[in-house]
Amino acid sequence: MIEVKNISKSFGEKHVLKNISACFERGKTNLIIGASGQGKSVLTKCIVGLLEPDEGEIIYDGRNFTKMPFKERKEIRKEIGMLFQSSALFDSLTVEENVKFPLAMHTNMNEDEMLERVNFCLNRVNLSGVNHLYPAEISGGMQKRVGIARAIALNPKYLFCDEPNSGLDPQTSIVIDNLIKEITEEFDMTTIVITHDMNSVMEIGEKIFFIYQGQKWWEGDKTTILHSDNKELNDFVFASAIMRNMKDKC
Amino acid sequence: MLFYHIGRYTILMGRVFSRPEKWKLYRQQFAREVMSIGLGSLGLVALISFFMGAVITLQTASNIDSPLIPLYTIGFTARQSTILEFSPTIIALILAGKVGSNISSEIGSMRITEQIDALEIMGINSAAYLVLPKIVAAIFINPFLIIYSMFLSLFGGWFVGIATGIVSSNQYIYGIQYDFDSFSVTYALIKTVFFAFVITSVPAYFGYYVRGGSLEVGKASTQSFFYSAVLILIINYIITQLLLI
Repeated sequence: MIEVKNISKSFGEKHVLKNISACFERGKTNLIIGASGQGKSVLTKCIVGLLEPDEGEIIYDGRNFTKMPFKERKEIRKEIGMLFQSSALFDSLTVEENVKFPLAMHTNMNEDEMLERVNFCLNRVNLSGVNHLYPAEISGGMQKRVGIARAIALNPKYLFCDEPNSGLDPQTSIVIDNLIKEITEEFDMTTIVITHDMNSVMEIGEKIFFIYQGQKWWEGDKTTILHSDNKELNDFVFASAIMRNMKDKC
Repeated sequence: MLFYHIGRYTILMGRVFSRPEKWKLYRQQFAREVMSIGLGSLGLVALISFFMGAVITLQTASNIDSPLIPLYTIGFTARQSTILEFSPTIIALILAGKVGSNISSEIGSMRITEQIDALEIMGINSAAYLVLPKIVAAIFINPFLIIYSMFLSLFGGWFVGIATGIVSSNQYIYGIQYDFDSFSVTYALIKTVFFAFVITSVPAYFGYYVRGGSLEVGKASTQSFFYSAVLILIINYIITQLLLI
């Protein structure tokens, strides 16, 4: 479980996050939704420690991340897997080397053990026969899956996914969404997904946080989101005719 | 602004020279960088050095008007110019362009495609992992490149001298041996070590802190060359003043 308590973050005069508190539960896919520029990515970067919040606390299973010395933070980071919007695969390394990288860095496994783990992770994301290809030689959807494989290589407790569906076709998006949900349940992880894709919200939104103008504006799940009377949330969620029809049918 | 850059550069170097997470991976990176920085520059260094030596010989010969000046002066001048200045400094400036822009664009691209963030999330000191092997590799391999450049430059001078008939082989070889002080090579290699640090660490700094997109990566590459070149010239002056005067 990850608890965020009263997080605020400003860049100069611009207040991006304003006193946000949230609790991201273990074994569930927690979604952070909101329009572009509302502070979703900044919130996530604060949670993983890529940005320092101006105020507030971040607690990983009772461990106060914000007050930790750098060395202890590094230990927690080894428990974090992250799928980036651009996949962020190392383009000078092959698929196999990318997934092997965190293992080589943080474990004492020998080559055979690492290869076994790499193949397990790649099989888990339904990828095979691509071990020796470079990221530039595979499709965007495959890159996302390699990103997930790399993220789970160290068996993390916490998984962060920054817009996992961006740039993907609807079918591949569903595959990625389902994969994230399955992996979360299978490995009992605390998963946080940033998205503004409403298909993802309706597919995997077990717990949803709506961020609006740097504040947590609404909290609920994929069922309650359809019946909310929050104007800003409704403007965001039901912007498309398909979603409005879905609401009418409900 | 200058103090801002100096401060941030110092902080980055502090992170670069912290204890590596796993020596084995750093050694592998070091080997890759030696190949990339050293072997990847052999052709360019050879081409520039050969013609540099050839041109020094021709220009020296064309400036010797008096019959009282012995022809071995051509070899002597080629040696002094090559060892003291041309090989260490000009090659460093060329490498600042070739190797430096490569480093800043490589690290800058990694920054804008979130690969550096990915390293940090994995609990890896990205600054040390990406920059340290490059600095160490350059400091290790550049002295060899400079010695290689010196030989080729002197060979270029000899070749052109013989081919054009402006100096005989014996006179040229006598000239390059005349009044030779081995400290001049030591001085050149000391300079090379400092230059190697500059042509890797400065571009790495500009690449590491890139914000934006490919346009900014290009700008970082240009900036890194400018600052590397200025630093090389300043350090060249300081070391010369300290060691030769």
